[in-house]
Amino acid sequence: MNNELVNVSITLNGEKVSAEVEPRMLLIHFIRDIMNATGSHIGCDTSQCGNCTILVDGRSTKSCTVLAVHADETEVITVEGIGTTENLHPIQKAFWEEHGLQCGYCTPGAMMASIDFLSQNPDPTDDEIREGLDGIICRCTGYEFIVNAVRSAAKMMNDDSAVKGEV
Amino acid sequence: MIPSQFKYLRAQSVEEAITMLQETHGEGKILAGGHSLVPLLKFRITTPGTLVDITRIPGLKDVRIDGDRLLVGALKTHYEISKDETIIDNIPALAKTASETGDLQVRNYGTIGGNIVHGDPVADYPAIALALDAELKVEGEDGTEMLPVDGFALGPLITMMPENAIVTEVSFEIPPAHAEQTYLKYTHPATGYPLVGVAAIAGTGDDGTIDYIRVGVTGVSDVSYRARPVEEFLMGREPSEELIKEAAELAVEDAEMGSDLFASPEYREHITKIYVKRALYEVLK
Repeated sequence: MNNELVNVSITLNGEKVSAEVEPRMLLIHFIRDIMNATGSHIGCDTSQCGNCTILVDGRSTKSCTVLAVHADETEVITVEGIGTTENLHPIQKAFWEEHGLQCGYCTPGAMMASIDFLSQNPDPTDDEIREGLDGIICRCTGYEFIVNAVRSAAKMMNDDSAVKGEV
Repeated sequence: MIPSQFKYLRAQSVEEAITMLQETHGEGKILAGGHSLVPLLKFRITTPGTLVDITRIPGLKDVRIDGDRLLVGALKTHYEISKDETIIDNIPALAKTASETGDLQVRNYGTIGGNIVHGDPVADYPAIALALDAELKVEGEDGTEMLPVDGFALGPLITMMPENAIVTEVSFEIPPAHAEQTYLKYTHPATGYPLVGVAAIAGTGDDGTIDYIRVGVTGVSDVSYRARPVEEFLMGREPSEELIKEAAELAVEDAEMGSDLFASPEYREHITKIYVKRALYEVLK
């Protein structure tokens, strides 16, 4: 069989990492199992729920639907790369303050998708937020508090131009 | 879910990609955005021996105008198409289609070439592609040919795509400037795919009669189709609410409605007529 390994080198949350993996390895498995960055979750595994959403070259991506080797030489940012406990990213602060979660399983993906969405639409209406987060499935909240969180994050990021646009 | 094993090759040019495909002796598949292919790999619905990654080939994301046609590089993502100024200026309904394809994340990775070549009858692009006589530029071992999108898909995921070839560009007719354009879609709430998607482009001349009319329908049958009976009925006539209602009744004339767990053929017929009517109202108002 074709089990030759391929080299995959990415910049993961600012750090250059590489490994020899099978071509069939999915990006989410590369990040979680090889690089031990387990903040990104696997939900449906069929590119529906968006719980595995990360940023690849600044754009939100369902990492269960990308081969690791396909993302070779890209810059990847996961939830571990956007803020720290002491210095939360505005999207994290907003999800916390507005309680944009219940079980928390979809939260990393929801936040990464929100960052991309707000970079495209910094001042969205509620309808636009709902449409923008179409690729995230949350089975707890009914989305109401998630929408509140994204609206609040947008306001925070617009008020503080120093933070605006920063990932 | 883990795909079965395959060999991975990365092409740096179209020629190299074709050679790589030839060397797989029919066991190879092209990897572009991968958002149709990777789910099939994971379900092992397809088990290619080799994947040829074409995403590093330069020049396959260009958008340009050649006479009365708009040429879109096959690797252009849905997100890029939805934001491209040349596309928005010339075929806004194409940009609208792209902006409503999949979801935020899918639009960042999925490509127009991959979407059309995949041959999925519930994809969004076929409606506008059929309406605007789109052609696929296919580069292969026997040279380059232009394949019309009309007739390209033979059934779900079955297409006229030749072996050892890749689509490098999609070419659309640019409608006249006075024509209004839209893409109207009834989205299935769970899948995000169109239960029905209608691309309509129409214009009226100085005498008030319709002098340009195109209608493409996707989502409802095994093969997306151009609603020619609607076009023929409307051409040369003065638009009115009554006329549009009558025209919309012809929207399913040439089509065989599909049936699945989401909708019966009767319901699909019903919803197709309604969406064609609404799309026509929008462009002939």
